[in-house]
Parts: sequence; C-alpha cells; structure tokens
Amino acid sequence: MSYRACCMCTLRAGVMQPSPITPLRRVARYGAIASLFALTACNPVVLHPAGDIAQQQAHLVVVATVLMLLIIVPVMALTVLFAWRYRAGNQDATYDPEWHHSTQLELVIWSAPLLIIIALGSVTWVGTHMLDPFRPLDRIAEGKPIPAGTKPLDIQVVALDWKWLFIYPEQKIATVNELALPVDRPVTFHITSSTVMNSFYVPALAGQIYAMPGMTSKLHAVLNKEGEYTGFSANYSGSGFSQMRFKTLGLNAADFDKWADGVRSSKGGTLDTANYMQLEQPTVADPVRRYAAVSADLFDKIVNLCVRPGKMCLSEMMAIDAKGGLGKEGAYNVAALTYDKYGRESVNPLIAGRDLPRDGRSRAYVRELCAVPTLLQAPAPAKGKLTMAAPVRPTPLS
Amino acid sequence: MSTAELTGQYYDLHEHDHPEGGSTMLGFWLYLMSDCLIFGMLFATFGVLGGNYAGGPGPKALFDLPLVAVNTAMLLFSSITYGFAMIAMQNGKKNAVLLWLAVTGLFGATFLGIELYEFNHLIHEGAGPQRSAFLSAFFTLVGTHGLHVTFGTIWLVTLMVQLAKHGLTAANQRRVMCLSMFWHFLDVVWIGVFTFVYLMGVLR
Amino acid sequence: MISTHQNWTPLLGRLGLDAIPHEPIVIGTFVMVCLGGLALVAALTYFKLWGYLWKEWFTSVDHKKIGIMYMVLGLVMFLRGFADAIMIRSQQVLGFNGSDGYLNSHHFDQVFTAHGVIMIFFVAMPFVTGLMNYIVPLQIGARDVSFPFLNNFSFWMTVGGAVLVMASLFIGEFARTGWLAYPPLSGLAYSPDVGVDYYIWSLQVAGVGTTLSGVNLIATIIKLRAPGMTLMRMPVFTWTALITNVLIVISFPVLTVVLALLGLDRTFHTNFFTNDFGGSAMLYVNLIWIWGHPEVYILVLPIFGVFSEVVSTFCSKRLFGYSSMVYATVVIGILSYIVWLHHFFTMGSGASVNSFFGITTMVISIPTGAKMFNWLFTMYRGRIRYELPMMWTVAFMLTFVIGGMTGVMMAVPPADFVLHNSVFLIAHFHNVIIGGVVFGVFAAINYWWPKAFGYKLNEFWGKVSFWCWVVGFWVAFTPLYILGLMGVTRRMRVFDDPSLQIWYGIAFLGALLIAAGIGAMLVQFAVSIWKREEYKDESGDLWNGRTLEWATSSPPPEYNFAFTPKIHDLDAWADIKKKGVARPVDGFRPILMPRSTWAGIVLAGIATVCGFALIWQIWWLAVAALVGLVLTAIVHTFNYDRTFHIPAEHIAEVEAARTAQLAALNKGADA
Repeated sequence: MSYRACCMCTLRAGVMQPSPITPLRRVARYGAIASLFALTACNPVVLHPAGDIAQQQAHLVVVATVLMLLIIVPVMALTVLFAWRYRAGNQDATYDPEWHHSTQLELVIWSAPLLIIIALGSVTWVGTHMLDPFRPLDRIAEGKPIPAGTKPLDIQVVALDWKWLFIYPEQKIATVNELALPVDRPVTFHITSSTVMNSFYVPALAGQIYAMPGMTSKLHAVLNKEGEYTGFSANYSGSGFSQMRFKTLGLNAADFDKWADGVRSSKGGTLDTANYMQLEQPTVADPVRRYAAVSADLFDKIVNLCVRPGKMCLSEMMAIDAKGGLGKEGAYNVAALTYDKYGRESVNPLIAGRDLPRDGRSRAYVRELCAVPTLLQAPAPAKGKLTMAAPVRPTPLS
Repeated sequence: MSTAELTGQYYDLHEHDHPEGGSTMLGFWLYLMSDCLIFGMLFATFGVLGGNYAGGPGPKALFDLPLVAVNTAMLLFSSITYGFAMIAMQNGKKNAVLLWLAVTGLFGATFLGIELYEFNHLIHEGAGPQRSAFLSAFFTLVGTHGLHVTFGTIWLVTLMVQLAKHGLTAANQRRVMCLSMFWHFLDVVWIGVFTFVYLMGVLR
Repeated sequence: MISTHQNWTPLLGRLGLDAIPHEPIVIGTFVMVCLGGLALVAALTYFKLWGYLWKEWFTSVDHKKIGIMYMVLGLVMFLRGFADAIMIRSQQVLGFNGSDGYLNSHHFDQVFTAHGVIMIFFVAMPFVTGLMNYIVPLQIGARDVSFPFLNNFSFWMTVGGAVLVMASLFIGEFARTGWLAYPPLSGLAYSPDVGVDYYIWSLQVAGVGTTLSGVNLIATIIKLRAPGMTLMRMPVFTWTALITNVLIVISFPVLTVVLALLGLDRTFHTNFFTNDFGGSAMLYVNLIWIWGHPEVYILVLPIFGVFSEVVSTFCSKRLFGYSSMVYATVVIGILSYIVWLHHFFTMGSGASVNSFFGITTMVISIPTGAKMFNWLFTMYRGRIRYELPMMWTVAFMLTFVIGGMTGVMMAVPPADFVLHNSVFLIAHFHNVIIGGVVFGVFAAINYWWPKAFGYKLNEFWGKVSFWCWVVGFWVAFTPLYILGLMGVTRRMRVFDDPSLQIWYGIAFLGALLIAAGIGAMLVQFAVSIWKREEYKDESGDLWNGRTLEWATSSPPPEYNFAFTPKIHDLDAWADIKKKGVARPVDGFRPILMPRSTWAGIVLAGIATVCGFALIWQIWWLAVAALVGLVLTAIVHTFNYDRTFHIPAEHIAEVEAARTAQLAALNKGADA
C-alpha cells in the first residue's frame, strides 16, 4: 500500500521534470525510480528539492540525523540487549544490586553526547549564517557561482486572507496564487501579510519564513530546475487556510519572459488601490489572477497598512513616535490610524463558502461598532499630514 | 544493638506536633516571587512597547511628575508606618499595631486616590489605554500595581478586624508578617515603576 | 460597558440563543452528555453518594485524595481530548479529491485547538500534578503538603478551567486559533467570537491553580522532609518534582500575564498585540514561548522521575548515577529557560540569535542523554522483572530517543526552516509527549495503583493496552514523519494532493489502535476494581520498592506514617528493610492533621462563574462573582480552627490492625 503511494508521489516528481522525455527514457526513469523506491520507500520533496537553498537545508537535515544516529543507535541497541540479557528469568547474567556508580562511565555518558553536540553545534552555527534567509546568495548551485552582473529578481509577496499576491516590480505585473520563477536566477522575496501571521513556504525552493502584517521579511533563494511546484502558507491563518496554496512555476529565462509578457497582455487590468481593496477581501480557494500592471507604491502601502485612502502610514507613525509623539493634541488622532482593530473596514460580510457567513457575520458586528464609539471620531485635527511617504521597512527582530 | 534501639534510630518515636504555619513564610515568599515575575513581564512589555505612541502623546506630554512624586511619598510613608506596626507587634502592643496599620491603610488609600485621579485625568484627555501600545502598557503596569495595593488594603482592613477580635496570636502575627512582606514588595515594585516608567519616560 | 457584540444585553451579555451550537455532531454530543450527566446525577442521588463525595472527597484536604481526583480529572479530559484527535484524523483521511470531509472549517479549527489545549493543560498537567501530589509527601515521609487547603483550592481551580473548556462545546464555541492562539488571529479583529475568550479564561482559572500548587509543593519538599533526608537523599521522583514546581512557579506567571494582556486587547480594546496603534504580535509569540518551553519540561521531568523509580525497583538494584541524575535534572531546568526562540526560528531573527537558541536547545539533549544512559546502566547487571510499569519504561526508552533525535534535527535552524509547522513537527512532539509523558503516566498508574487502592491492576488487559498503544503510536505517527518530509503542513483540513491520502489512512489506523489501547485500559481498570479482592496486596510493598511510600500500608492511613521515619541513606525503605528495622508497634502519639474545608471548592466555583461572566461579558455577574470571591476568601480567613488531632487510641487501633495484617502475611509466607 505504502509502495503505491510512494510511486504516486514520485510520479508527480517525474512529471515535474523538464520535458521532453522520450518514451524510452521515461520507462528507464520509472524503472530507476521504482528500484530506488524499493530501497528508500519514498522521495519526499523536502529531501529532494529543486532549489539550492532547500538542497542545502535538506543536507543539514541529513547531517543532523546521521550525527544523532551515532548515539541513538547504540543506545537503542544497548537498551534491547540489556532488557533481554538482564531479564529476571536469566539467572546466568551477573546480578550486582549495589553497583550504582562508575566515574569512567559517567565521563563517557556526559562527554559522548557533548562531542556530538559540539560537532552539530558548529555545523549549526555555520549553516545558520550561510543559510540566513536575509543573506544574499553567493552561488546558484554547488560549483556554480552567480554570473557577474546578475541582478536578483525582486518579488514582493503579500499573504492575503486566504490567497497569495505576488508583485513583480521589475516586470510591473502582479499575480494571485501563481508564482513564476526564472530558473538559475537569484530571487529576493519581500514578504508581508495584510492581516494575520502566515508563513511563505515553497518546499522545492527554500525553507519558509513568516509573513507578518506591518513589516517585511526577506528570503533569498534560487530555483535550479524547471517544473511545476507547490507553495502554501505553513502557518495556520483562519478558515481558508487549507486552500491557501499556489502554483510555483520554474521557467527558463525565455519562458519566464514569455510568461511575464503573457501576464502583461492579459485582461487583468491594473492592480491599483481600488482593485487591491477588492482583492483584499477574504476569499477561499481563489483562482489564479493576473494583473497586467500594478501601482508602483502598492507594496509599500500594504506593508505600512495605508492602502486605504486617509490612513497614516506606519512608517510615518513610527517617525513621529521616534520624535516623541504628537503630544496631547495627537490624542484624538485615531481614525487615520485604525486599520483592523475594530474589524476590517474592508471586509465584506458575504463571503462565498459553506461556513464563512458566520465568520463574516461576526466580523460585521465589529465593523458596525467601529462607527459608534466617540473614540473614532476625531475632534482634534491631526497634526501630521496624511501622506503616503516612502516607508522605512521594519524588519522583525534582527 | 537491640531491636528497639534500631527502631528508635529509624523512626521518630518522640515526635511533637509540627507547629502550624512552619512553611508559611517560605510559601509566601515563593508566591511573592511568582508575583514579582508578573511585574517583571509587565515591565518587559512596557520596555518593548513603551515608545509606541502611535502618533499620540508620549510620557513628556502626559506625566505630571510632582503629582507622582507626592504619590510615591505616600507609598514610602506607608512602608515606614508598616515598619512601626511591626515594631509594635514585637513589643506586643496590640493597640499600637492597630493604630499604625490604620495609618498605613490611610496612606495606601491616599495613594490609590491619587492614582485614580491621574488615570481619570489621562482618560479624559483622550490618553486612555486604548490610545496606543505605550498607554496600554502603562495603564496595565501601573494599574496592576494599583490593584495589588487595593487588595493589600482590603487585606489590611480584614487583618485589623482579626487583630481586634483575637489579639496578637501566633496565627495573626504570621498574617501581619505576610502582609508586611507584601506591602514592602509593592513598595519596591513602585520604586521600579517610578524610575522606569515615569522618570525615564520623561527623559526619553 | 464595552462589548463587541451586536446583541449584547445587560442581563445576559453576549449570551443568546445563537450560542447554542448548530453542528449536528456537537448537538449529538450535547444530548449524549446531558443524558450521561443526568444518569450519573440520578445514580449518585439514588445511592445517596452526594454526602459521601462532599465529605470524603470534594472538601478533603488529604493530599492522597486530591492526587486521585487529579488523576480522575486527567482521565476524563483525556477521553475528550482523544475524541478530538480521532476527529482530526478522520477528517484528514476524508478531506481529499475535492471532498470537504465531514467537518467544516468552523468546527475543525476548534477541534484541533481544543485537542492541543486539553491534552496539555487538562490531561498532562493534572496527571503530572496528581502524581506529584500523591507520591511526594509519601516519599519524603510527610503527613500532608505544606498548605493543604491551598492544595484543595488548586485542584478545584484546575477543574474550573476544565469546566469552562467543556462548556465551550455546548455554549458558544472554542478558539479557532491553534493551541497557542497567536495574535493578530486571536485578536478581536480576526476572532470576534467568544472562542478565544473561553481559551483565555479557562487557562487563567486553571493557571492560578497550577501556580499555587507549584508554590505548595516546593514548600512541602523544602520544609517537610523527614529528619535525615538531606537534599541528596531525596528520591529522584521528588527531585524531579521539586525542579518541576520551581519551573511552574517561574513560568506560569508569564502565561498569566500574556493571556491577561490578550484578554485586555479583546475586552478593553488595548493595543498590546494588535496591528494598530503600535502593538506587537511578536511580543506575544516571545512571551508565550517563554512560558511554553519550560512547560514542556514541567510535563516531562516528573515523568523522568517516574521512570527512575520504576527502573531501579524492577531491576532490583540501586539507580545508577543518582547524583548525575540530579544534576541533569537541575541543568535541564535551567536550560529550559534559554531555548524558547527555537519555536519560531522562522520569524526572522538574525542568524546569530537563531544559532544561539539552536545550540542551547541541542545542549539540553546532553543531560537528557545522560539520564537515558543512567537508566540503561541501572538495567545493566540487574534482575529485570517485566511487570507492566517496566514494560512501559522500556517502550519509553526506545520511543523517546527517536523523538529526541527528531527534536535535535529541528534545533538546527536551517533544517527547521523546512520542517517548521510541518506534520513532521507534529510527529516529533507527539513522539516525546506520548512516548514520554503518556507512557510514563501509564507506567506510574500501573506502579502506584496498588499503593493508592491496595490491589494490583489486571495484567492481561494492561498488556493488551500496552501493545495497542505502542504499536498504535508508531502506526499513527510514522506516516506523519514521512508526510512532513513530503512538505505537508499542519492544521490542514482538506488536501489537493491525492497521493497523501494513503499516509493519512495509515495514521488513522494507528489512531484506531490507540483507541483500542485506551479501551483496553478502561477495561483493565474495570476488571481490576471488580476483582479487587483477588488482586489484593496486603503487604503494602508489592514490588519490593525502595522509597518511603512503600513503607506504609496500601492504601496508606490518612496520617501516612504513625511515626515519621528517620533517614540514613538514599532509598530509605530499602535501607530499612536491609537493616531489618522492626516496625514500631506501640507508644503512639496523637497526630495533628488539617481539617477538611468547603472553602476550596466554593472559591473555585465562584472563580469559574466569574470566568464565564467575563467570557460572555455579563458584567453584573462578573462584578458580583468577584465581590463574592473576595468576601468568601475573607470569611474563610476568619476560620482559625484548621487542624485537629487524631487521637492516639485511634492510631493504635489502625496500626494494630496493620500489625495483624502483616503478621498474617508473614505466617502465610512461612507456611
């Protein structure tokens, strides 16, 4: 049973391989895979990814496992051996009820794990620094340095309820639930979220990093093989979380340009403030969308929670705070700062889906409330101008 | 060695009652340490969020240092008078204990009154706990301390009734000691609040 | 006052008819629970058991009875938590090929949240606390804990928390956030319903109990040890209990604070963890894990203690490396405070911060490994009797090391980036919690049941349960390890990749095996109670134990020891037996004992009502309950008469019966 399942997962992996594959080669490949399977039981994507970063991370998983097995295997073997040998029924075994101390043994049982941890610790220190998602890449793959003059592709990633928005500032296009990556070109992801915490994860490409509202995290990665992969949110984020998945296409440079042209000539329109406000509303299992153009400052506004007109950008708020706030006059300056505290103003209560109305309904209560309290009416005018200034990028604890 | 002797060596044959409350001081200390951790976390929260005014007023605009100084004095005095109550208890003078506890309670109540006035004033200026993360952290830290003082005061009144009723019995003495630790502990926490929140806030 | 609910009324707050659940599964459960509850109440009334329960159990301050009540609570909640587990497993088998399964997200998301919360707070914690409560005073030769009333109160607060969690099933809903309720998702903006409030207040109410019970047990261990029992002569279980309770006292206040702040955000619209007005969700994540990581060791350390006791007893041999065991425990306790960040390497801390926390995490495996070796070398040159507790111990040793290994793997930050939040992680922590804590609790139940009730547990059903559990565990969780390596993330309700289904199918079979194991365990209890005369142990020292709890009768008299033992060596009871010390049979003196009190259950009841009122924002009730709480507490402090003497004659009577019992036993043995 498990064999069949494994076959299915590698079959998928097989499909992901670059075409063209002649029938003969296909047979050969499947035969090889089948025999591989008999040995390894499965071909999990985490251990056999298609991107250099994920590859190195997988390597660390293996190194850590092997180092630990150095001590785990003897312990398990000894447990079984002692459990059998010193069973009460075996009167031949030595019985020494008072033996309870041995300095040499103590030395061994503390120092053997210590040595392994020293080894693993140094691997960890180096590996963590080399594979820090915030660190720009220095190679495309093993033995393959980055060609001089290569500029990493910037992609801005926004986790929305419950879909992913990808903005390509260089190509000036945007897509939803479809990520296309040129193979062997370093990519820099700028990741944020519009509402709650999510985690941006394409197992074939690189390890995950949290997407959090009001700030950006970064991920440097590169994909080395053409194919179609899956990406998703790896941090539970509410009702539609299970279907918060996107296709990841690994394309060669020419295909990538073709793809971008395709998006640009699609009828998706421009992703501007109004369209974004529409898009931002919670949906489940959203289809792929393509926007032929995108407002240049949209991502910065999303990060700074000020897409909606009339909102003060976080960057500006933080700049004011750094100068000591706005004094007592600023006390009532709240409407421009309210993003989602009293329920998202942009949330549409009527969301398609079996159980969503309840969710939407309850949010709607909160939304109604936000019109009521005096708190939200601003008797004193705000001192700070409501501008959409270029934001500073708050990065998480670093 | 005879069997009886051996038994005597391994069992306490002449055991006396353990005096009741032998663990009380230690237990109360442990409780205070866990409480201390609560304040520690609130201080940490204030430390993280204390600069996030959200475009609203900061400490400089809000804090009325002379008032807080008076307030601090109230609490410090109350600690001294509690000390006098303890001395009176050592000397076995019940009425003096009651008197000093009453004075302590008055100082405590004054402290609470001033704090409530301050809170009320802030909220009326629009600087309530909802206004910014800084104010949320401020109200919660100072308010938690205030709640402790409130419960301390209720405890103090209860204890005075019990002292009046039963006198300086061992159990009551233990309770006076516990409240003493609690009261001084709150004083120490307040010194932290005054320094860390008010003084350093205004300097910020 | 403030309410976020459209239909808020002064009388009932947010509570209205819409709070009654709509899901058929829940309604069915509700009906079943109501009928079961009614039957139970009727039975208790018919057999006139209320007075007995109230007098002998609910108001009792006897640490033994409270310990047993904790275990019962843990068992009841375990059944609930496991029902949630089966629902998760079956949904994940069904949610394939476009099928929505049988749980919608509103229900499923509550189920996995409740499963985590219940299993940690209301199963593992009561089990562990119950064991410590029952065993520690006996092991140190004490007659009760330092603060017996507080002990009763702590227990009922834990029950109060459990009651609130159970209430959420039928009145309103539970959180849909995952068991740690990260904001902003758990904030008002994204979870406006009462679910998260249930979460907050049930944990707050139970948390008070846990913290106070921690204070109580530390004071007990420090102050009430029998004369001669220096720290380095304490049984290992008591040592682990001491460190555990120190961890409780310095970690649960953090949970209290972080939940209070989340509650303030939700109820009074403050801005600690909101996206708006300068709040920081990352602060919550840090704070909750500063509690959360030590919590892991709070659960597992006492279990390490259990295994230490079991191994040396059933190997009929002194524990190997006692002092290194003690130091390892202390070191684990200290290290558990500097590893919390490993739960969120992926939040974007710098590489140096991540590697620091990764390495400290790995360092914990050194003392843990030392413990493993110590058990191993205790078995070496022993005479191992494979009674049930020892079987669980060997199963633990073989299972736990795998969990340890996968844990260290995830302590490497880059490796964690690919495994974080995956079902590999789920497999890992179930590997250590089931393989460690649950197996340990079963070892402990089989080991100490004869002490608590005076008869042994049935072996056949115990073995059935054992094999179902051990095999079931591996069948249920190996697929999750594999799925994790295939990049499958946790908390998924439906899947678009059909190739995963087979693995979830296998995992479901494993869960069914575990269900059989639980069933067998319940049968084991029932059969044992039924045949208790047959399984009777009159010696009080069924396993040839080494520590003081075996020095008294089974079950022990309410005063535990007629004369406090004096300690001359580690393994005090083994020492007494070896030296052939005769049990003192006369010269009894009256013993001072604490009186039962109504105060604990009443105070905790009011606190639970207060929690309920705060959840539903029924302000008048909350204020009334709070005032009631303070007043009741004050009334209780006016009660100075908290102890009484058990007269010497009564003790002489009980001990004479015991002497006769032992004499008969010896005669039987000689004949």
